[in-house]
Amino acid sequence: MAVKLMQGNEACAEGAIAAGCRFFAGYPITPATGIAEALARRLPQVGGKFIQMEDEIASIAAVIGASVGGAKAMTATSGPGFSLMQENIGYAAMAEIPCVIVDVQRGGPSTGLPTAPSQGDVMQSRWGTHGDHPIIVLSPSSVAETFHLTVQAFNFSEKYRTPVILLMDEVIAHMREKVELPSAEMIEVTERISTDVPAEWYFPYDEAASDVPPMVSFGEGYRYHITGLMHDRAGFPTLRLDEINPWLTRVFRKIERGLGEIIMVEEEWTKGARTVVVAYGCTVRSARHAVRMAQGKRYKVGLVKLLTLWPFAEEVIEQVARTARRIIVPELNRGQLALEVERVAGRNKVRRVNRADGEMLTPQQILAAIEEK
Amino acid sequence: MKREEQKVYDYLRHKKKFPNMWCAGCGIGIVMHAIIRAVDRLGLDKDEVAMISGIGCTGRMPVYVDFNTMHTTHGRALAFATGLKMVRPEMKVIVVMGDGDALAIGGNHFIHAARRNIGLTAIVVNNSVYGMTGGQYSPTTPIGGLTTTAPYGNIEQPFPICDLARAAGAAFVARSTVYHAIELDRLIGQAIEKKGFSVVEAVSYCHTTYGRLNKLGTPVDMMRYLKENSVKVRDPAERRSKEQEGKIVRGVFVDRDIPEYTELYDQVIERAQAA
Ligand SMILES: Cc1ncc(C[n+]2csc(CCOP(=O)(O)OP(=O)(O)O)c2C)c(N)n1
Ligand code: SF4
Ligand SMILES: [Mg+2]
Repeated sequence: MAVKLMQGNEACAEGAIAAGCRFFAGYPITPATGIAEALARRLPQVGGKFIQMEDEIASIAAVIGASVGGAKAMTATSGPGFSLMQENIGYAAMAEIPCVIVDVQRGGPSTGLPTAPSQGDVMQSRWGTHGDHPIIVLSPSSVAETFHLTVQAFNFSEKYRTPVILLMDEVIAHMREKVELPSAEMIEVTERISTDVPAEWYFPYDEAASDVPPMVSFGEGYRYHITGLMHDRAGFPTLRLDEINPWLTRVFRKIERGLGEIIMVEEEWTKGARTVVVAYGCTVRSARHAVRMAQGKRYKVGLVKLLTLWPFAEEVIEQVARTARRIIVPELNRGQLALEVERVAGRNKVRRVNRADGEMLTPQQILAAIEEK
Repeated sequence: MKREEQKVYDYLRHKKKFPNMWCAGCGIGIVMHAIIRAVDRLGLDKDEVAMISGIGCTGRMPVYVDFNTMHTTHGRALAFATGLKMVRPEMKVIVVMGDGDALAIGGNHFIHAARRNIGLTAIVVNNSVYGMTGGQYSPTTPIGGLTTTAPYGNIEQPFPICDLARAAGAAFVARSTVYHAIELDRLIGQAIEKKGFSVVEAVSYCHTTYGRLNKLGTPVDMMRYLKENSVKVRDPAERRSKEQEGKIVRGVFVDRDIPEYTELYDQVIERAQAA
């Protein structure tokens, strides 16, 4: 174990290397550039490859191509680039190609507030690409968590053959904190499920095998077809209802079956709490501070920290809503995850605390919501 | 000839995907056969060949051939292929695109793939129109051409694909037509063998959309046009004057040895590991 002082962006890059990422394609954009810069230096050191593409559409495309070639692959961007990537994120979901997309959120819409923190991409990370699709979105609230969640993002993406989005924010990306980097053998790394069945028996989308069918890389003797069109078990385009519906059901089911491990939540002081603050990303830090201050004033307050934003932690929120009278959702946006909390806990219980002007929410603002009658 | 046909047959997913979706008389199938003949002549193992396409009538080609095949998103085939080539430099990666796919929505990727000189073989089936979406003007539609979105005649300059590829840095650039099927497969073979980014413009036609709108006749008439209005040049200097006469000039226009991207990247790895 090594203790290091590092930025969130660097921790993300190191997490990627530790997870086995060996390909990165990206396009510079504040506040995500640090990830590309770190990986441009680090990847070739470990025999991996880095490429700066001509834009973000090309970046995610190259990442998917590399993943099809067998490499664990990642890209990193911020709002404007994340918008450009959406079509191909859908491609990865449709073709079930593992990949990790880091979005270091900044103030939007459009060019917005390039250097200011924001959590404005929560809904885009869920529904940014068109059409129904499953997705996993993780969001770290510290530099150390960034390292671990990056590893986790790769593990989930390989295990479930799905794009995984790591939703960071400007604060976490640029903040320096002490991180205890675990040694390689302490890190659990998941590898893609492959197969060695004879090529003529291999079906890249066969649900008989598993909800997550084995994926063989191009160039290994299994010649098959990949498309963004709806496809049959062999990967060929289909219009047959008896092939479309099973596909749709399976890709959602494969994530649903994994919810137990995919949904990562940490509860602090929630037992018996009258008021619970539900937070994620950089806002967790102000929220925790506010909760402590409120506890000093003898309020029964707890904190739910969401590390997984999507799929949404419905059961946890349901549980909390059974005992808590009020749920406070602080976010650096005009209320995005709050919509989900309201859906589960009911609108009457939920108080939103929002800020979308590029400034952080202060503990005092959250405290005020806790103290509100 | 029988033997040639049998060879092509061995490369098709004939049990699974036929009949194909192209209109009877379309030129895209000829390009597909030319690619197969080139691969066969070079003696490549099917497992080491990848065919990657974007979206369009041309984009449907990979589904029919027994390689590692990937039908990506509109315009982005070269970017997907770049990622694959970087992690599998030993593979022969053939990228097939329509003119709109390669030069409108994918124009940026086209010039940058050429600039990097990454070892991909880009085959542009230039039918001078958006075939799949029903005949809208593309970046290679001639001035004055009628399309569904240029009902009064196209006013936009067409892109000279080969000049663009040369200026952007491609190592190999050639053009032929779907009438000249044998010549086409020779050029494609050279392109696949070339180290670096290689481009073959396969001039085709779309009788269903552009041909009908501009009263250019049957596929046979459109083929005859390619036959009668194209010339082969051996000396690239000859090319300009022939083009000015309105001819479709066929031949190899660029063939140069410049460092290939994945090989250069191997040097990056060496430098990084030495440090
Ligand atoms: C992002 C996006 N925009 C538009 C389309 C619709 N579209 C499908 S094919 C095509 C044009 C095809 O023309 P070309 O690339 O020349 O191929 P051809 O069909 O002529 O072979 C368009 C615009 C799409 N599929 N995706
Ligand atoms: S629409 Fe045109 S390009 Fe498409 S298959 Fe028919 S003839 Fe060929
Ligand atoms: Mg076309």
